[in-house]
Amino acid sequence: MKLTLAALATTMMVASPALADLIVPNMSYRTGPYAANGIPYADGFADYFTLLNERDGGIGGQLVQVPECETAYNTEKGVECYESLRTQNPLVLNPLSTGITYQLIPRISQDGIPLYTPGYGRTSAKDGSVFEWVFNAPANYWDGASVAVKHILDQEGGDLSGKKIALVYHNSAYGKEPIRTLQELSEKHGFELVELPVDAPGQEQKSQWLQIRREQPDYVIMYAWGVMNQVAIQEAVNIRFPMDKFIGIWWSGSENDVRAAGAGAEGYKALTFHGVGRDYPLYEDLQTHVYDKGLAAGAGDQAGSVLYSRGAYAALVIAEAIAKAQELAGTPEITPAQMRDGFEALDITAERMAELGLPDFGAPIALSCDNHGGDGLARVQQWNAAEGTWSLITDFIEPDAEILDPLIKEDSAAYAAEAGLTARCN
Amino acid sequence: MIYREAGDFKTSYRDDSQTFPIRLDRWGYYAIMAVAFGIIPFVINDYWANAVLVPFLIYAIAALGLNVLTGYAGQVSLGTGGFMAVGAYAVYKLMTSFPDVSIVIHILLAGGITAGVGVLFGLPSLRIKGFYLAVATLAAQFFLVWLFNKVPWFYNYSASGQITSPTRTVFDQAVTGPAATAPAKYLICLVFAFALAWLARNLTRGSLGRKWMAIRDMDIAAEIIGVNPLRAKLSAFAVSSFFIGIAGALLFAVYLGAAEVGEAFGINKSFLVLFMIIIGGLGSIFGSFAGAAFLVLLPVLLKNFLVGNMGWPTDLAAHIELMIVGALIVTFLIVEPHGLARLWRLAKDKLRLWPFPH
Repeated sequence: MKLTLAALATTMMVASPALADLIVPNMSYRTGPYAANGIPYADGFADYFTLLNERDGGIGGQLVQVPECETAYNTEKGVECYESLRTQNPLVLNPLSTGITYQLIPRISQDGIPLYTPGYGRTSAKDGSVFEWVFNAPANYWDGASVAVKHILDQEGGDLSGKKIALVYHNSAYGKEPIRTLQELSEKHGFELVELPVDAPGQEQKSQWLQIRREQPDYVIMYAWGVMNQVAIQEAVNIRFPMDKFIGIWWSGSENDVRAAGAGAEGYKALTFHGVGRDYPLYEDLQTHVYDKGLAAGAGDQAGSVLYSRGAYAALVIAEAIAKAQELAGTPEITPAQMRDGFEALDITAERMAELGLPDFGAPIALSCDNHGGDGLARVQQWNAAEGTWSLITDFIEPDAEILDPLIKEDSAAYAAEAGLTARCN
Repeated sequence: MIYREAGDFKTSYRDDSQTFPIRLDRWGYYAIMAVAFGIIPFVINDYWANAVLVPFLIYAIAALGLNVLTGYAGQVSLGTGGFMAVGAYAVYKLMTSFPDVSIVIHILLAGGITAGVGVLFGLPSLRIKGFYLAVATLAAQFFLVWLFNKVPWFYNYSASGQITSPTRTVFDQAVTGPAATAPAKYLICLVFAFALAWLARNLTRGSLGRKWMAIRDMDIAAEIIGVNPLRAKLSAFAVSSFFIGIAGALLFAVYLGAAEVGEAFGINKSFLVLFMIIIGGLGSIFGSFAGAAFLVLLPVLLKNFLVGNMGWPTDLAAHIELMIVGALIVTFLIVEPHGLARLWRLAKDKLRLWPFPH
């Protein structure tokens, strides 16, 4: 026991960070039931910063360090990672887990470290007047629910009265997030909502799909992650549910999720808040500066996949925010507080995206003190099983702000009351 | 030579029956307590508190609780995760409903509520035992997790079903919530662990503990010599659940700060605590601490060593870590099926004779 402690003490002394570099940790999960989704994201995230270091010499002349910490999508390991990363003075954290995000929000607010949770986390963090340190642009779960319903409206000619929509969700904070929104939307549009929770990790969903078979919903919306995705899509194929009426959130729309179901998954739809495929100039740069030099993260076999692109996109937004923060602070060595100012002044236009080698990849992002979540635009992609590719079938769809804004205000006000915060940005 | 009983004379029955009859043991115990209470709080940092010592102390409390039930009273339970969830949700409801009452009282009440629930789920133990009882407690595990997921009242109707612990103070020092400092978190867990270990040690030495052990060793014989199995079994469930409820309350309020029942208190937690007492040693107070230390500290140590010192990729380290911990568990159980506590006892026996083994 004493020996153990002594050994632990020495190990922790040695792992001290190099100062002066920009530290952007990669809280990844390459093990456990969510690894299939965690690996491509972590690779994309790391590769983008490697590209910046190799091609541009970092950001504003400062190299970016990306220390990795394995969370296994587990909140206790997440705490351990947070504590060990915090000693290295990170600029921003991106835990890729709604559970860990919920846990970190009070801590990072206390410690003053920005948290960037693109497309996941606590939806009401969009309200920057309450959540000073949390950013969830370009889109959040409620945006996703609203966009999915808008797409269904579009398919049904604008009328959903008397229709039935089932929500198959991961029975956790993540999966429960959209329920409120969908309930409000069902009132507004007159459809019936059937909620079907699936317990983590989600390998066992026979009874839920039996119920879908019995209830015959017109559409199924799914909020799943990790192994639950593959199982759900396979089950849907088994009960011959029409795939084009099965819409996943963006976390249920990667290649790994649909491939296992083979040809049966043809036509499955998922939301996304960015473009798909390798057909962007950025990949040429990645090829020359990262892959060809053998610097790719992980096994290097994920380039161009949906989640790889998403990881790279998250890194891109962070890199832009760092550049903005450096510009505002007038120094390349920025603090986490300056990083937050950089996020709040972030303005990634369509032209800027083209400059960065990703034309028409993501919607423009403009943040401010009270808007930490952007506009919430998302588009629909559809799986082509024969070619093994996703294709974008809609343009960016705007979520229903009329429903979402009051919900966000309500939830953030509840948090502010609970945590004893007063609104800022006045 | 150094560690010996010779010359350690006792002049009263009281001295003779104290917890640590050997002088060196006693000094060691005082020294550890002095370090734990007098030195560590002044030098502890956030990493040591949140990643190492706080989880260790909390799991040690849970292991103590399960050890009372499984190690001393012989009732196998797989419901630990569910009972910890009861403690966590009880303390959450109490903290948010009565914000002015001290958190210490809330944690104790949460333990009490869990004791009640534990007794309820302990009722089947009067009719069934062994594996059958394990299945009945497994039902408790699944039922309780389902309940806390299903009924929004338990999580105060929050949109995501997460419970988040607000800031509460003891002597004006925040012990829960984001403002809690490392020494405050550590000390509240240490005080509970110390008090509960002291309680467990004395309960198991007294008539109640003897009744539990009589039931464990042979329930029919125990009944014949006058042990009431109803009282003995249900008191074991109550005491055990009280400990586990406190561990759950601390796990949520002090350590995690936010929790979600399926993830934080799933069946994995039941197995983890069960492994702790099997590796540490059934029916041993020291074993509960040793088992918790083994399963909480070793992964953190290995992670820091493999990733921090050796610079291995995180995924490889995580896999190797699982393999090393698994292999060590198997090795320990082959070498000493009665756990670390038994190894410790053997070591002490050898030390008493050393260096003259004959």
